[in-house]
Amino acid sequence: MAVTSVRPERIRSKRSMARARARAELTPRDRVIKFVLGAAAVVPVAALGFLAYEMFKEAYPSIVFNGGKFFTTKTFTIGNLYSTGVEVRHGYKAAKGASFGILPLIFGTLVSSLIALVFALPVSVLGAILLVERVPRRFEAPLGVFLELLAGVPSVVFGLWGVYTFGPFFARDVYRYVADLHIPWLTGAVGSGQGLLTSSLVLAIMIIPIVAATTRELVRSVPALSKEGATALGLTRSESVRLVTLPFIRTGIIAAALLGWGRALGETIAVLLISGNFLNAYPKSIFAPFSTMASTIAALLDGALTDSTGMAIHALAEVGLVLLGITLLTNFAGRLVGRRLSGPGLPVGRGV
Amino acid sequence: MRARGIRDLIFWGLCALAFVLIVAPAMSVIISVFHQAAPAFGWSLFTKPTHGDHGGLSNAIVGTLLLLLGVLVVAGTIGVAAGIYLAEFAGPRLGGILRFFSEVLAGMPSIVIGYVGYIALVVEFHWGYSLLAGLLALSVLVLPYVVKTTEVALRQVPTTLREASAGLGLPRGRTVARILLPPAIPGIVSGLIVALAISTGETAPLLFTAGFLDGHNPGLNLFHHQVPYLTYVTFTDTSLPGQSAHQLAAAAGAVTLIILIVLIALGRVVAGRARKQTERMSL
Repeated sequence: MAVTSVRPERIRSKRSMARARARAELTPRDRVIKFVLGAAAVVPVAALGFLAYEMFKEAYPSIVFNGGKFFTTKTFTIGNLYSTGVEVRHGYKAAKGASFGILPLIFGTLVSSLIALVFALPVSVLGAILLVERVPRRFEAPLGVFLELLAGVPSVVFGLWGVYTFGPFFARDVYRYVADLHIPWLTGAVGSGQGLLTSSLVLAIMIIPIVAATTRELVRSVPALSKEGATALGLTRSESVRLVTLPFIRTGIIAAALLGWGRALGETIAVLLISGNFLNAYPKSIFAPFSTMASTIAALLDGALTDSTGMAIHALAEVGLVLLGITLLTNFAGRLVGRRLSGPGLPVGRGV
Repeated sequence: MRARGIRDLIFWGLCALAFVLIVAPAMSVIISVFHQAAPAFGWSLFTKPTHGDHGGLSNAIVGTLLLLLGVLVVAGTIGVAAGIYLAEFAGPRLGGILRFFSEVLAGMPSIVIGYVGYIALVVEFHWGYSLLAGLLALSVLVLPYVVKTTEVALRQVPTTLREASAGLGLPRGRTVARILLPPAIPGIVSGLIVALAISTGETAPLLFTAGFLDGHNPGLNLFHHQVPYLTYVTFTDTSLPGQSAHQLAAAAGAVTLIILIVLIALGRVVAGRARKQTERMSL
């Protein structure tokens, strides 16, 4: 940094010194540039504030109208739009017979994303370890292309693939045999493969590149000295991975998993296509159709527009608000865990 | 000793199996989508617009490119400017706050952005389903990526360059434009390419902001004119009955994948440049 004359007695802290120096270096033209760039830097904050404000404003009538029932009942219907009667509660109107309970949606969102995480985590971590620790350097980049490819496939294409290729294949060649074992909740009609398990597996495939890419960087960041030490002690390569590498990057993997989970929670289009859209009750088995919060917003928004009381739209906003809350929690947790890491060059938060 | 060898073998076997589970779906997605789309491929796919469940994709391709251009202009300028501010001008405390909110925005579910885009831009502002509503929704979605990659690219420029520039008496603004930006360009561009790739594949933020235009190519109107885009065709026609709808859905998916593969390849080239640049600078 350039040396500037700041009288020692005025220095109170490192920060005030940095501020004084920054001020000293700026010409009037620099200040204009700084102002314009600063205005741009505020845009993400403003966008976030706008999103939060709009969501809350739209959800407010539903929060008042539904109260706690929103979280304790199972039926989500916008009511009979052809009847002339309306239902009034706490000063807000809804169509006759309308009921807004999202328990099955919360269930579907959490369960599908957790199943996805259970499948994705070991696959991503082991795959990334293979790529860095075992594959010859020459082949690492070409093989890494598959991760980038998987990261690049749009969710709507995963949906298409899930409906016509993956779902039917698994229903015919895998689910049937599992269902025949008659294990509770793992049995029942498998249909054409649209349902909870297929959606979860496709979600798993969608978050693998996120978790694997992060794990790959983490494995690379393990100090060579520790690994050399392990080798010198006579450990085999796999023992070195399990006893040195994995403990070293454990926190990072947890952070990556939380970020992947956040992605699975909010995924809309693929789930909408593959879930079979089953509302108002819990799925009867792991193969049965279900719904998530995100997919329900997309599925019902069109129909909700026809509700003249507007309550359907408000209820969907509240669904979005709940989803937002859960997603932000996992994200915060991921970043908090990631920040506490001492390891160098943590790429957490890059997403795609 | 034998037991350890066997355990070693089992561990690497599991790793290999895991890697197969990554490669297999990637291959399967691409092969099956292109296979399903094959009957629909031909010149007419690129020259004729969509008509319901048949026709070509020219309108959707033009619409997608228009949206990408819009994202490049809006998210590109704002994101790069914000990234420069965070890397070169913001103090530690303000920078930390701005960075935090940008990261929160990155975790926003895309359907929430789509919902607010619909409620605010389409309805409240009376823009209707329109190009501007669609491209703003996409821009908000990718803005955090552009900010972050720009900041990271600038931070990798060594401090010695800043010191030398200040020592020679260059003002800060000129230092950024002349000294710091040129070596950071590859990194910034690869971030922009990622933003474009994300925008190409998104559906949820566009469903209720861009609408869809059947039978015509979209124009350059920002307001009140619906915009067709590729992922919409895939999304809608997947659920429609009939062979031709499914073929069109797959064809739109295949064209989306082609655009994405081109972007990924481009991103690789640029990222390779960026890496070389960093190595050169750290010497």
